[in-house]
Amino acid sequence: MNKVFQKGEWEKVIDVRDFLYHNLIPYSGGAEFLKGPSEKTKKLWDICKNLLKKEAAAGGVLDIDTKTIATAVSHKPGYIKKDLELIVGLQTNEPLKRAIKPYGGIQVVEQACEDYGKKLDPKVKKLFTTYLKSHNQAIFDAYTEEIRKYRSSGVITGLPDNYARGRIIGDYRRVTLYGIDRLIEEKKKDHAGKTGSMTDTEIREREEIGEEIHALDLIKEMAASYGFDLSKPAQNAKEAIQWTYFAYLAALKEQDGAAISLGSVSGFFDIYIEKDIAEGNLTQEQAQELIDQFIIKLRLVRQLRMKEYDQIYAGDPTWLTESLAGMFLDGRHKVTKTSYRFLQSLYNLGAAPEPNITVLWSEKLSQKFKEFCAKVSIDTSSIQYENDDLMREIANFDDYGISCCVSQQKMGSQMQYFGARSNLPKVLLLALNQGKDENAAVVLVPGISPQPERALDFNKVMAEYKKTLSYVVKVYVNAMNIIHYMHDKYYFERVQMALLDTDLDRLMAFGIAGLSVVADSLSAIKYAKVTPIRDEDGITKDFVIEGDFPKYGNDDDRVDNIAKELVDSFNEELKKHQIYRGAKPTLSVLTITSNVMYGKKTGATPDGRASGEPFAPGANPMHGRDSRGAIASLNSVAKIDYKSARDGVSNTFSIVPRALGATKEEQTDNLVALIDGYFHKKAQHLNVNVLNRETLLRAMAHPEEYPQLTIRVSGYAVNFVKLSREHQQEVLARTFFESMK
Amino acid sequence: MLQVHSIETFGTHEGPGIRLVIFMQGCNFRCLYCHNPDTRSLKGGTKMSSEEIIELLKKQKPYFKDTGGLTVSGGESLLQRKALLDLFTKAKKLGFNTTLDTNGSILDDDTKKLLEVTDLVLLDVKHIDPVWHQTVTSASNEPTLRFAKYLKEINKSMWLRYVLVPGYTNQKEFLEKWGAHFKDYKNIDRVEILPFHTYGFYKYKELGIENPLSDCPVPTEKEIQEALTIFEKYFKSVYVR
Repeated sequence: MNKVFQKGEWEKVIDVRDFLYHNLIPYSGGAEFLKGPSEKTKKLWDICKNLLKKEAAAGGVLDIDTKTIATAVSHKPGYIKKDLELIVGLQTNEPLKRAIKPYGGIQVVEQACEDYGKKLDPKVKKLFTTYLKSHNQAIFDAYTEEIRKYRSSGVITGLPDNYARGRIIGDYRRVTLYGIDRLIEEKKKDHAGKTGSMTDTEIREREEIGEEIHALDLIKEMAASYGFDLSKPAQNAKEAIQWTYFAYLAALKEQDGAAISLGSVSGFFDIYIEKDIAEGNLTQEQAQELIDQFIIKLRLVRQLRMKEYDQIYAGDPTWLTESLAGMFLDGRHKVTKTSYRFLQSLYNLGAAPEPNITVLWSEKLSQKFKEFCAKVSIDTSSIQYENDDLMREIANFDDYGISCCVSQQKMGSQMQYFGARSNLPKVLLLALNQGKDENAAVVLVPGISPQPERALDFNKVMAEYKKTLSYVVKVYVNAMNIIHYMHDKYYFERVQMALLDTDLDRLMAFGIAGLSVVADSLSAIKYAKVTPIRDEDGITKDFVIEGDFPKYGNDDDRVDNIAKELVDSFNEELKKHQIYRGAKPTLSVLTITSNVMYGKKTGATPDGRASGEPFAPGANPMHGRDSRGAIASLNSVAKIDYKSARDGVSNTFSIVPRALGATKEEQTDNLVALIDGYFHKKAQHLNVNVLNRETLLRAMAHPEEYPQLTIRVSGYAVNFVKLSREHQQEVLARTFFESMK
Repeated sequence: MLQVHSIETFGTHEGPGIRLVIFMQGCNFRCLYCHNPDTRSLKGGTKMSSEEIIELLKKQKPYFKDTGGLTVSGGESLLQRKALLDLFTKAKKLGFNTTLDTNGSILDDDTKKLLEVTDLVLLDVKHIDPVWHQTVTSASNEPTLRFAKYLKEINKSMWLRYVLVPGYTNQKEFLEKWGAHFKDYKNIDRVEILPFHTYGFYKYKELGIENPLSDCPVPTEKEIQEALTIFEKYFKSVYVR
């Protein structure tokens, strides 16, 4: 029996979504068909575990190639153990060996090498200091004095100005479905269509398409070095996975942006897998083996980072985010057996932070699938959930991936300019201090009136806050426009862009950190009596709070509405500005793990938070201030309007297993109901950790016993033992919902 | 008005599914193993109206699915039975499941009225032996047993609960007797063994009162299994919490 693909528009034009729409067969059954790891997989993973152990013992980096500037074809083929590998391809010629990518910035590469006891090849350094220009250098040529001041004060931080921006998801599936030759042909057509007056725009576009065509050739060349011909479409499941992986690998070789996400491949792979199974060419065991082996490859992806980078993005993450399940716009769900197979890999290989498994949750998904997800969450703490009903309905498209943690991107035709976040508590402190930075007493915002003596008045504070915000956003947009202009120019993501439409819908993603701190601060000012203690220069050093005030995280509208309005007003400010390349501004309430570092750089705040104390992550309420249990806390976060934060609203939920219920069955049911309820409230994202505090304490004392202990932080997962002591303590301090009974 | 000690929005141990649990202030028992000693006093807590609690229920509705709902616990809920009648009547009218967690020590007309608008009773029968019950709770078990019998008569769904405390409530002969006493109650949907735990110990310190069981060990797996085996002889559905 030979199954053929259902025909559709996808044959005429490049449209993977249309292929999925006609060929994906939703699976509504349970997990009973799943298989354990194959012998080959077990042997291969054992070798990898050993390598990972060596990597940890070596201080986090096993090896660096300090000489070869990475491109898709810079390194000879690499293998873990060739005869055990079903899916092949490594970033360099050896597993876990990291490559240098100096286009983002030469200093960080040099520093990263030094941090791990290596020396960057002087020739490379000379090349980038004498002959070539990096993204980083270009940005600092263009930065204003003001942006530099903002950067060093920490009002705006984590900007991708000395490293690559990442976040762009190539539609890697295109290589599988169409083969490289067809993709080149289409890009050539686009190139030929860009004629007429050669304005800046036209010239740039023509140059970029040229680069993309070159990149497609390089993917082909790289695959050929492994003995594969990618010129034509994949013919079976193994090839389907291999082709997609090669395309992704090319991106991972060339770029080292913070997050280089995978997109949404599991349903796509499923079409090939089920076809092979139906034709008798693949068994259930072999299907699982292919997925496990693909996942092993993703778990070995490494980028070279400075140690300092760890302060913002702890635990050496790569955000290889794979989004699975969700619904089609026509009401069919997209759960496939391969959605299950991806989740099963967390059992077959053990828990792990990468790939960053993201379940696109809909209330309409089958109960069986939801229960399986909940079970995997309880067992591994390795999954995050995002509200497909909300995102699909607002965006009105159904084939999308999550980039990094919480950012929705339409597959194939949308891209994002990523840009870190603004420290919102600092904005508030600027407003209270006549525009002066609370730590350096430098004026960052002109024209801010002093607050009257004695207790703070809510309306007066808000008036200055609004002025301050408006100014800060202006500087933020300026910085972002410069950064992305330069990134396009000096570190263009030719591989990813080659796998996207030529004419793109562009988003520019802004962010805020410390939302709960500011919401509580304003609530304290409004409902209690808050008197600043100022130093001799009139800068706030601390605050005296008399009386109680409503705190974000207790489902209390008085303060939750303040939080909501903070997000709305930031988003409104963004809309006032002209954004680079016609991009639409979006906003996230997401900190990654930078909530610790941001807190460190921020003085005492009117909510009673001491100077230097960490913020809560993402949109989470502050630790220990939510006193009515998990649902009240979730309901507070759910009030943040996703329409004002289309780049995502991150919430990390940690609970001890007992508090979910007494039996495994109750725990599963309650977790499903919890996620359903939260998303019904129109919340967007939930990280779920089901862990005992004691386990974490034991892992801190004996890290060697917990190499795979995974926890979800802010939109991604990390190996707990890879976190710094500070980050570990912050995780412990974070509200763990425990049972009162 | 209700005198409320605290609220747990994600209750998973006080009835089926996800519960909004209202812990009431005030208790008439003095259980040695009490894990909420801060709820004992009739004074303290926060005054809340039925309407306020109904509002909380409404906010939580999407989480309840087919099973969850409202549970009133304590303290001892029945001390505020009149006010609870108002709350449960309103909650039921809106379709919320109402569950009463109680020691069953009060059975009067008000309690009976309350039971009419109660879907499920979680009844703690803390010891079957009158002398031991007195020791463990400083109160007689006779009213509780009468309460249980009344629930049987009106065929009210109930979960029987038993706190297992080594040296106090784990005597095999009494566990057998406990099982035998209730085995023919058709209204028992499930029996729950609640192994004694130390999570509430810090509250004794905070309150500055003596914790009579500060040296008491938690039950071992073996002790829990023994109790489970005994109860399973008498009941179909026994759970350990």
